[in-house]
Amino acid sequence: MRPHHLAALAVLPFLVPAMLSAQNTEPRRLDSPFRPPVNFVDENPAPPIPPDVTDDRRVARNYPEQPPVIPHNVRDYQITLNNNQCLTCHSRRFTEAVQAPMVSITHYVDREGQTLGGVSPRRYFCMQCHVPQTTAQPIVPNTFKDLDSLVSRPSDQGDRR
Amino acid sequence: MKARIPVSLRQAWRTFASPSRTLSLGFLTLGGFIAGVVFWGGFNTALEATNREAFCIGCHEMQSNVYEEMKQTIHFTNRSGVRATCPDCHVPHQWTDKIARKMQASKEVWGKIFGTIDTRDKFVAMRRELAEHEWARLKANNSLECRNCHSAESMDITKQGARAARIHERYLFTGERTCIDCHKGIAHRLPDMNGVPPGWSEASDDPQAPIGHWLADSRPHGGAAVP
Repeated sequence: MRPHHLAALAVLPFLVPAMLSAQNTEPRRLDSPFRPPVNFVDENPAPPIPPDVTDDRRVARNYPEQPPVIPHNVRDYQITLNNNQCLTCHSRRFTEAVQAPMVSITHYVDREGQTLGGVSPRRYFCMQCHVPQTTAQPIVPNTFKDLDSLVSRPSDQGDRR
Repeated sequence: MKARIPVSLRQAWRTFASPSRTLSLGFLTLGGFIAGVVFWGGFNTALEATNREAFCIGCHEMQSNVYEEMKQTIHFTNRSGVRATCPDCHVPHQWTDKIARKMQASKEVWGKIFGTIDTRDKFVAMRRELAEHEWARLKANNSLECRNCHSAESMDITKQGARAARIHERYLFTGERTCIDCHKGIAHRLPDMNGVPPGWSEASDDPQAPIGHWLADSRPHGGAAVP
């Protein structure tokens, strides 16, 4: 094989996609799984902001360690040095009157592993982990399966050892 | 008895009580009437001028603290564009109550002149006391300024979340609580809420516990003091 044959072979992988795309008369699209399929230079109107889910119905956790999501409106809830408005319902003292779920006692443990009498400072900012949901549909579908659906087989329902 | 009243006062009273010598009765009655109209018009115009938001935020204490905080809340920015201005919530709409509040507000003029809250630090340090005054005022008049817009009759609890509907039914419609008991800090940042139980808690039944201010206290003064 002569050197110029080799050079032609080396160019081939670059040439073929170029020829294929040359047949395509549409402008080049920037298709990425993380963006909607839009042309790179187009200006598109922003999609409308979806409304919050505020139906007050608890949502099942997708996995045991997931922080439960917030099913109610949290506009203007103040979590400041002065006051934590989430805890006016979710702290142990006030759960009876409002029937709110109490913060779990894992939130009482500080980073040294000591259990305190109330919510530990490192767990004070509720909305770092617990977030409200909107009705937006994910652009990328999620294929996550939890452990229960993986280990359960039709044959051993209710008799798992 | 007569000797105790000074001579100048006695003379002034004699002039006041005797019929006029040069001015006609028509001039005095019509002139008095017109002067009354001018005075009353001027008084009410001045009163209304002090009842505008532009007047309230004319002082930097209000402009850079409470007004800025309020701008983010639902009483300023919302989907329908209806908003509450300062006097809607902080000044009674009835004339007599308004005058009473305006007389109280003369203390705020004093505070302005002597710079009681003229820095952010001073304001933050006094926030609890200032908030307690407003909580006490609204508690004493059964949240009148809230109810100028939000009436219990027009409140359709089927449009509310289950949680809000249940609590309104249990506490608001029975008259057991008033708006301010639960809805504190809806238009401004909250002060340190230590010792202020939320309105739905049993703790707020305790007469010692709620807003420790004599204005809200139904018992004779001397009961619940400021904690």
